[in-house]
Amino acid sequence: MRRAFAPGLVAFALAVSAGAAADRTIVLPADDRYATLALGPGVEVTRQQCSSCHSTDYIVMQPRGDARQWDGVVTKMIKVYGAPVNDQDAKTIVEYLAKQYGN
Amino acid sequence: MKYFARAITPNEAFFVRYHVFPIPLEVDLATWRLRITGRVERPLELTLDDLRTKFPRVAVTAVNQCSGNSRGRFTPRVLGGQWGDGAMGNAEWAGARLRDILTAAGVRQGAVQATFDGLDKPSFPSVPDFVKSLDVTRIMDDPDVLVAYEMNGKPLPMLNGYPARLVVPGWYATYWVKHLSDIEVIDHVFEKFWMKPAYRIPDNACGCVAPGTAPARTVPINRMTVRSFIGSPEGGSRVPTGRPVTMKGIAFDGGHGIQEVQVSVDGGTTWQAANLGADLGRYSFREWTFSWTPARPGRARVVVRAFNAIGESQGRQPLWNPAGYLRNVIEHVDLVVG
Repeated sequence: MRRAFAPGLVAFALAVSAGAAADRTIVLPADDRYATLALGPGVEVTRQQCSSCHSTDYIVMQPRGDARQWDGVVTKMIKVYGAPVNDQDAKTIVEYLAKQYGN
Repeated sequence: MKYFARAITPNEAFFVRYHVFPIPLEVDLATWRLRITGRVERPLELTLDDLRTKFPRVAVTAVNQCSGNSRGRFTPRVLGGQWGDGAMGNAEWAGARLRDILTAAGVRQGAVQATFDGLDKPSFPSVPDFVKSLDVTRIMDDPDVLVAYEMNGKPLPMLNGYPARLVVPGWYATYWVKHLSDIEVIDHVFEKFWMKPAYRIPDNACGCVAPGTAPARTVPINRMTVRSFIGSPEGGSRVPTGRPVTMKGIAFDGGHGIQEVQVSVDGGTTWQAANLGADLGRYSFREWTFSWTPARPGRARVVVRAFNAIGESQGRQPLWNPAGYLRNVIEHVDLVVG
């Protein structure tokens, strides 16, 4: 699993970089193929809240973990990185991640 | 890995990493300025033309590597961008010396650090803006720290910092602020988010802790560790028995320069010196080649390690820290002979 997606991120970086040959104005490509969030309760809230700062591939590439891990991640996003996510949405996101990306 | 069989990484293959979103997608040179403010005699507002014409053009070939390059290989795994080994590249950077710019502005008594901010600004005011800092003494002592406007002889690509970025040879890419717009000279050590608590390493010689544990004290990440890679043939390739195959790759460190590269074709039991390619300077990828004639069919593990000018090298076992930084374990490829 680890080996399978680590090079994928590199490929993504190369693809983005390749679009940059023209100076001054660029258009970014769409999110890469790892960006599809697993379907389940809370997926829309998760997509909406998390994508305002980072692509969803950043979620699905992370190590799997239990609710404690994901609660830590979501709390860090809010308290440390300043994400404006309310308590209810944060709870929904943690439950979604723990179920879809749990151990 | 094919890009790491040669010393210079093409601009269009160079990795890209940002910290805050949205990122700049266009820059208007009519309005872009590099401002130098704070504890200086003469605050400056420089255009790109000013940078090109008012300061000597200086070039340095240097590796730009993400602090978390290869994070995806950490065991136990750590959160963060799950990079393979591609978050690095080597280019010839050209621009103005940062110390020439600060000298033109006139650094005043009591200056301790300079901070560096670029055009990338977060979408919410609660999100910490990406700002980094360096010691003023380090800037004034180091003629290779640049405000670069060229990469491999061309204007910087947009995603690599157009129109100008900081270049801090030997240090991790987190300091190489892109789309640089504001330099402020300050009278204290800057400790906002991206210097503390972000981008810290354990405060000990190895920058490591026991896997799964947290360091008691940390310092800002700084100089890069020694690394070497096999760029060709790629892992899993088939090579013929009894005919020479040329192994190629690169090695680099944090600025002392690569002294020796060694290759083992028996999984790390015996080592032989590789041939070093052209010396493009102590901050650059150093190409190496090694000719090997596999004697027997079967699987072969080819291993590479490098030594820098002060004897630093790489370990057989990976070191661990919670942020997934500084990886420099000895690398290998597995080939099929016959």
